[in-house]
Amino acid sequence: MIEARLLTKTFRDKKRGEIHAVDAVSFRAEPGRIYGLLGANGAGKTTTLRLLATLLKPTSGSATVAGFDVVREPEQVRAHVGFLAASTALYARLTAREMITYFGRLHGLADPEIKARLARLAVQLDMGEFLDRRCDKFSTGMKQKTSIARTLIHDPAVMVFDEPTLGLDVMTARAIVRFVRECRDRGKTVIYSTHVMSEVEKLCDTIGIIHDGRLLAEGTLADLRARYGEQDMEEIFVKVAGGEAKP
Amino acid sequence: MNWHNIVTVYLKELKDSLRDRRTLLSTIIIPTLVMPLLTFGVGKVASVVINKARGEIPAIVILGGEDSPGIVAQLKASKKFRVVAATADWKQRIGDKQIRAAVRIPEKFEAGLLAGSASPVVIYHYEGELKSMLGVGELEKFFRDLRDKTVTDRLAERALPASLVRPFVFSRENVAPPEKVGGNLIGGFVPYLIIILCFTGAMYPAMDLTAGEKERGTMETLLCSPVARVDLVLGKFLMVLTGSLSAMVFMLISMGATAFIAGSMWAGGGKAAPLAASAAAAKDSASVIPMIDPLGLLGVLAMVLPVAVLFSAVIFTVALFAKSYKEAQSYVGPLVLVIIMPAVLGMLPGIDLNFRLALVPILNLSLVCKEMLSGVWHWEYIALIFGSSCVYAAIALALAVKMFNREDVIFRT
Repeated sequence: MIEARLLTKTFRDKKRGEIHAVDAVSFRAEPGRIYGLLGANGAGKTTTLRLLATLLKPTSGSATVAGFDVVREPEQVRAHVGFLAASTALYARLTAREMITYFGRLHGLADPEIKARLARLAVQLDMGEFLDRRCDKFSTGMKQKTSIARTLIHDPAVMVFDEPTLGLDVMTARAIVRFVRECRDRGKTVIYSTHVMSEVEKLCDTIGIIHDGRLLAEGTLADLRARYGEQDMEEIFVKVAGGEAKP
Repeated sequence: MNWHNIVTVYLKELKDSLRDRRTLLSTIIIPTLVMPLLTFGVGKVASVVINKARGEIPAIVILGGEDSPGIVAQLKASKKFRVVAATADWKQRIGDKQIRAAVRIPEKFEAGLLAGSASPVVIYHYEGELKSMLGVGELEKFFRDLRDKTVTDRLAERALPASLVRPFVFSRENVAPPEKVGGNLIGGFVPYLIIILCFTGAMYPAMDLTAGEKERGTMETLLCSPVARVDLVLGKFLMVLTGSLSAMVFMLISMGATAFIAGSMWAGGGKAAPLAASAAAAKDSASVIPMIDPLGLLGVLAMVLPVAVLFSAVIFTVALFAKSYKEAQSYVGPLVLVIIMPAVLGMLPGIDLNFRLALVPILNLSLVCKEMLSGVWHWEYIALIFGSSCVYAAIALALAVKMFNREDVIFRT
């Protein structure tokens, strides 16, 4: 379960002054469901997810993740979250096995347990062929599988995906989407950020549209279609965001 | 603080760094090669250059001397220099290294010599130029010999003994043990090398583990783990410190091996002795290679430890600000100058340790190491320097932890 209450993050910039990257955002993501955070680039999706994953501290507001407060119990939050983003890379000089084992140890797992879980994940993700090869020699697909195994090694209750298909080819992106669904089916709370409308339509049970740091609309796909009188997600998004972007 | 997490991070960073060519180069390969290169490479080149300069007969010009044909003839007959014709631009030619020196024979020099009132001879040269200085040396020897012969002749004419002008002789003999002599000779240079290598040894791991990780995107991955940031900093910091200390240890091992091998080779009269030199050859080497007091060396190692911590923490903090490895290099590179300046000051003769200098980081280390390697142990200074270095190191480490916790530093865009 994720619950954000008036979550706010303000940055200070020498040139632009005070920037409200996330502005009083409140939402709730339930176990066994996928909450989609839809927004254009710079809308505040990544900052929101970084706040939930305790990589950043909120300026005001609060949030609980898996029952732990992001400000008071950041280490507990991270222990129950699997965070996968386009920006979370692998250690190029380690093998996939070493990488996943390292993160298992950082999550406090004992080596025999890591070994057993890794063996299961290697079968599920079909990693046997490259498990002992260095990550710098990997294809994009191999990297994604290794990253997925890294996020799952501690079997987290909450999965946070920040544009995980960004820059991936169709086949790898489909594999990621399949994996996200599997997480939902296993009862995990999933939050998924993207700017790809079709992914939201296919994947998300609840959709939150974020623009300029504010959560402007929220509901199921059917709710949003009914509320804005549009079938196409892109049209709904444009209406919510207040019209076409200026060239 | 959780030591299990710190050790986990450290061991991973160690494994990762051992697979990084840049880190291996700066922490193991260069420190190991620096002493053999300096001794056998630079030393050999310097020896060849000096021997070649010594083998060259310097070209000189004689200014004046028309009324002193005997002296001029002796100068021309000498095999130690080659007299060339004087021209009006002789000064320019010395500056252009076409001739090495000029000697002005004053008017009526020979006559004055006979009468006992000769005017002074002046030698012109190019100060600091090796071949010019060698030419000057030969000219000075020529005129010194001439002066000594004149004195001997005058004494003989008057039937006076030579002891009249040389009533006694004196000589000098070294009584200091070879360790102290060695410490005094190279005591300034060794700390300088240690300081530089400690710094460069920490540089590459620090940049790789901070800015390098940010650039490659692994920093965010690591921050997703439940490990407290202080543990992440300490694990990474220990790796940087390992780089710094290993650079020093490899340099010292290499220095010892180089001294042993060079001593064995040079003790054998310039012929390369077998590497497994005999104990006798090793003993002989003591007279050729400056020896260092092993106790002094241990003292140096102990004193360097907090400074290595200081270097590691400072470079770690500075590199943390950078977004990329390249940017980190541009921040950390100029720091080398900040380190070199006090290290060089410590090498200079005449700068002695006092309570004020004992508080100046790096310079204090350089000075106290020089003393310890020479067998001088000022315990009050040693305690003050060790204590102050520990305080500086602790402040730098606390700053590194503080910076790692700052979002605007870690997620700087």
